[in-house]
Amino acid sequence: MTARILVPTAFLTLLALAVAVPGLLTGVDPLSADPLGALTPPGGAHWFGSDHLGRDVLSRVVYGARHSLSIGVTATAVAVTSGILLGLAAGLSPKWLDEALARSFDVLSTLPELLLALLVIAITGPGTVNVIFAIAIAQIPNYARVIRAQTFVVRHAGYVEQAVTFGRSRAVITAQHVLPNVLGPIPVLATIGLGQAVIGASGLSFLGMGPQPPAAEWGAMLAEARNYLRVAWWEALFPGAAITLTVICLTVIGRRLQHRFEGRTP
Amino acid sequence: MTTFREEHTGTGLSEREVGTSLSGRDVGAGLGGRDAGSVRAVVSDAVASDAALVSVADLRVSFGGTEVVRGVSLSVAAGECVAIVGESGSGKSVTARSLLGLAGPGSRVDARSFDLSGRDVRGFRPAEWRRLRGRFAGLVLQDALVSLDPLRTVAAEIGEVLAVHQVVPRVRRPERVLELLDAVGVPDPAARARQHPHQLSGGLRQRVLIASAIAAEPKLIIADEPTTALDVTVQAQILRLLAERKAAGTALLLISHDLAVVASIADRILVMKDGRVVEEGPARSVLASPAHDYTRSLLAAVPSAASRGTRLSDGTPLPRRTLRSSEPFPDRASTPSGPLLGGEPSLSAQVLAATALSMSYGPRRVVDDVSFTLHEGETLGIVGESGSGKTTVARLVLGLLEPEAGQVTLHQRQWSGLPERERRPMRQRIQLISQNPLDSFDPRHTVGRLVAEPLALPRRERRARALDLLERVGLPAAYATRHPRELSGGQRQRVAIARALAPRPGVLVCDEPVSALDVSIQAQVLDLLAEIQAEYGTAMLFISHDLGVVHHVSDRVLVMKDGRVVEEGEVEQVFQQPRHPYTRALVDAVPRLG
Repeated sequence: MTARILVPTAFLTLLALAVAVPGLLTGVDPLSADPLGALTPPGGAHWFGSDHLGRDVLSRVVYGARHSLSIGVTATAVAVTSGILLGLAAGLSPKWLDEALARSFDVLSTLPELLLALLVIAITGPGTVNVIFAIAIAQIPNYARVIRAQTFVVRHAGYVEQAVTFGRSRAVITAQHVLPNVLGPIPVLATIGLGQAVIGASGLSFLGMGPQPPAAEWGAMLAEARNYLRVAWWEALFPGAAITLTVICLTVIGRRLQHRFEGRTP
Repeated sequence: MTTFREEHTGTGLSEREVGTSLSGRDVGAGLGGRDAGSVRAVVSDAVASDAALVSVADLRVSFGGTEVVRGVSLSVAAGECVAIVGESGSGKSVTARSLLGLAGPGSRVDARSFDLSGRDVRGFRPAEWRRLRGRFAGLVLQDALVSLDPLRTVAAEIGEVLAVHQVVPRVRRPERVLELLDAVGVPDPAARARQHPHQLSGGLRQRVLIASAIAAEPKLIIADEPTTALDVTVQAQILRLLAERKAAGTALLLISHDLAVVASIADRILVMKDGRVVEEGPARSVLASPAHDYTRSLLAAVPSAASRGTRLSDGTPLPRRTLRSSEPFPDRASTPSGPLLGGEPSLSAQVLAATALSMSYGPRRVVDDVSFTLHEGETLGIVGESGSGKTTVARLVLGLLEPEAGQVTLHQRQWSGLPERERRPMRQRIQLISQNPLDSFDPRHTVGRLVAEPLALPRRERRARALDLLERVGLPAAYATRHPRELSGGQRQRVAIARALAPRPGVLVCDEPVSALDVSIQAQVLDLLAEIQAEYGTAMLFISHDLGVVHHVSDRVLVMKDGRVVEEGEVEQVFQQPRHPYTRALVDAVPRLG
C-alpha cells in the first residue's frame, strides 16, 4: 500500500462516514439559517465559513455527501444491474435481437452522458429519482457492451457445453456458469463509473434538476454560491473541492484495480 | 569446475525471440559486440574438425537455485543422430537449448567441459553465441506457427538467415531461398516463398522452419519435438526429411517425448529423467533391451496392438469386461454408487447408432454420410487426421450440434432432431471427456463442486458421491477442495473422468482424452478408462489421431478422411490388413519401436 492508494482510501472512508453518521463530523444542523451570521469567512465557529443564509458550510458539505453520493451510488447500481441484464440478454439472444440491442447501445453511447441525462430530465421533469434514472440510462451502454462481449466468450466455453451435456436448462446454465464468469470487469468499471455518476449528479443539481432547496447537495450548493463568488469564495470552494476529490479518488482506485486485474481471466 | 553464466535482460524469451536470436539478431538491448575475428575462428574450426561437434561433460543448469539439468554428458559427431528422450520436466529441452546458449532467462549453466566444434564456449559472450548459432547449429522447434514471424513472407524469413551469416552474395539470395525450399520438399517453392506463415499448413510451416535452420549450412540441427504437433503422415515426411539431412552429413540432436519417433532415425538414445541421463546407448539396444527400469516402463507404457488387454502402467491383465444391461431411463433415486443397475445381461444392447450423418460449415462438408453403431461395453475407435471431421461427429452424437441430414439414436430412442426440452432428461446418458479438461471446468469451482455438478441429489449425498468418484479415479478426498489449476494434467483428466462418470452414463465420448499427456500418465489414464469400462459396462466412442492408442483400446474402428468413413471393421483386421489406400498410408506412417 503506497500513499497513492492510501490517501484516496482514507478520503473515501471519511466520505463513507459522512454518509453513514454525519453527526460524528459536525454538530451543526445544515439547514439552520442565521441571517445575522451570513457570509462569515472560515475560522472560529465556522471552519469552512458560512453561506449567504448564514448556514454552516462544513455541515452542509458533510450532509451533502449523503445526497450527492447516494444519487451517484444508486445511479451506478441501476446502470450496472440493467447493463448486466441487457448485455447478457444481447449476448444470449438470437442474432436479430442481439443486433437490435447492440445498435441501441451504440446509439446511446454516441450521445454525451450529460446531454442524454438532460434529455431524460426534460421528459420526466426534475427531482432526485429522475436524476438517478437519467444518469443510469446514460451509463447503461458502458456496462452492457462489456458484458455482451464477455458473454460471447463465455457462452462457447467448454464448461458451458459440458453443463449442456449434464442436461441443465438454459436458465440454470446462465445463472450458474455464464453470469458469474462474465462479471470479471465489472468492479473496475463500476468504480470509475461511480466517479462519473457523482459528477453527473452534481452537474444536474447545479442546473437545478436534482434535489430541491434547501437540501444540501454539492452541485446545488455550487449553484447558489455562484452569486456570491466575489465576496465569499469559501461558499463555492468547499463543495467544489468535495466533488473534485471524490471523483479523483474513485478514479485513482478504479485505475489501480484495473491495473491489478488486467490480463487476468475472471 | 569452471562456471559461466548466461545473463538475460528482460523478462523472458518467447519462441519467436528464440528463433530470431538464432538468426543472429540482437534480442537484448545493449549487448556489446566483439570483433568478428575470433568468431570466424570458431566457424573455421567447425569446418576443419571431423571429431565430435558437441562434447559436453557434466552439464548442470539451474534456475534460481533449482537444478533442472543435473550432470548430463553428451557428445554428437558429424553425420550422427543423437536423441534425447524424456517426459515433460525431464530437462531435455533445457539441455538442448544450453548448447545454443539459450538456456533461458535467469539460468545458470555449469559444465566440466563444454566444447562446440572443438572450441571451449564457457565464458562466451552473447555476441559470440549469436555468431555461433545459425552457422554452427540450427534449431527447429515444435510449433512452427509461433516460431515464424507472422508478418514476414517465407522468403524474408529464410533470406534473413542468409543475410546475417552472409552465406551467399546478396544477388544470389532469392535463388538460394528457392533452392532451400526445394531441398526440404516444399512444392512450388516460387509461390510458397511469397506467402506468409498463416497461409501454410502445419507440415509446410515445419518444412520452412527446417529450411531456415539449415540455411546457414550448420553442422548440427537441433530439433525440439519437431513433429509433435503434426499428423502422422506429415510426421513421417518430416522425419524422412531430417533423415536426408543426416545422410548428407549434418549431425542431428533430436528431442522427443516419443520413443517411437526417435526409433526410426536415432543412432544413439539418451533417456532423461529428473535432469539426469538414466540410460544411454545405441538406439537398437536401448529399445530392444533397455537396462534401466524407467526406460522399460516408458516402453511398456506405449499403447499398441501388442498391449491390448493389459494394463499399460504395469503390464498386468485388465479385468474382463462384464456386460450389464444398463437402464436407459435413469432412476435418480437409485443407489448412489456401484455399478449400473443390474438385470438380465443382454450381450448386444445397442446404445448408440448414427445413420448417414452429414454436416457442413458453409460450403465445406465436414461430415459426409457417416454411420455406425455402438453396443454396450464396446469401444469404437475413430481415427483420422486433423480436419477429418472426428470432433464434429462427437458433437453430433452428443447432441451439441444438429446434423443436416441423418439421425442419431441413443438407447434405441430418437436423439437427434429433438427439441432440447425433450432431450434434456436423456442428456446424462451420454457424457464427454475432452482433450483439455481445464476448458471444461468452470474456473471458479473446486474439484469437489465440479464432480458433483451433474448429480441431482441432496447436498450431503452429493458430497459423499463426489468423494466416492474421486476415490474411484484414484484421487485422494483432499483434492475436493482444490482448484483444477493446481493439479497436473493427468490429475485434471482424472477429475474429468470422475465427472463424466457421475451421472452413470451408458456412453462415454472420449475426444482425444490422452493426447496432451506424457506417455506414462497417458498409460495410467487409459488403464483407468479400461477398468471403468470393465466395471460399469460403459460403451465408449474413442476419438484419437494416435493409431497406437486406438489399437490398444478399441474393439472396432472407423477410419475417417475428409468427413467420410473410408474404412471400418474389427480393429485387428483394419490395422493388420487395411483395404483402403488411406488406411494403409496411415498405418505405414506410424513410427514403430525397434
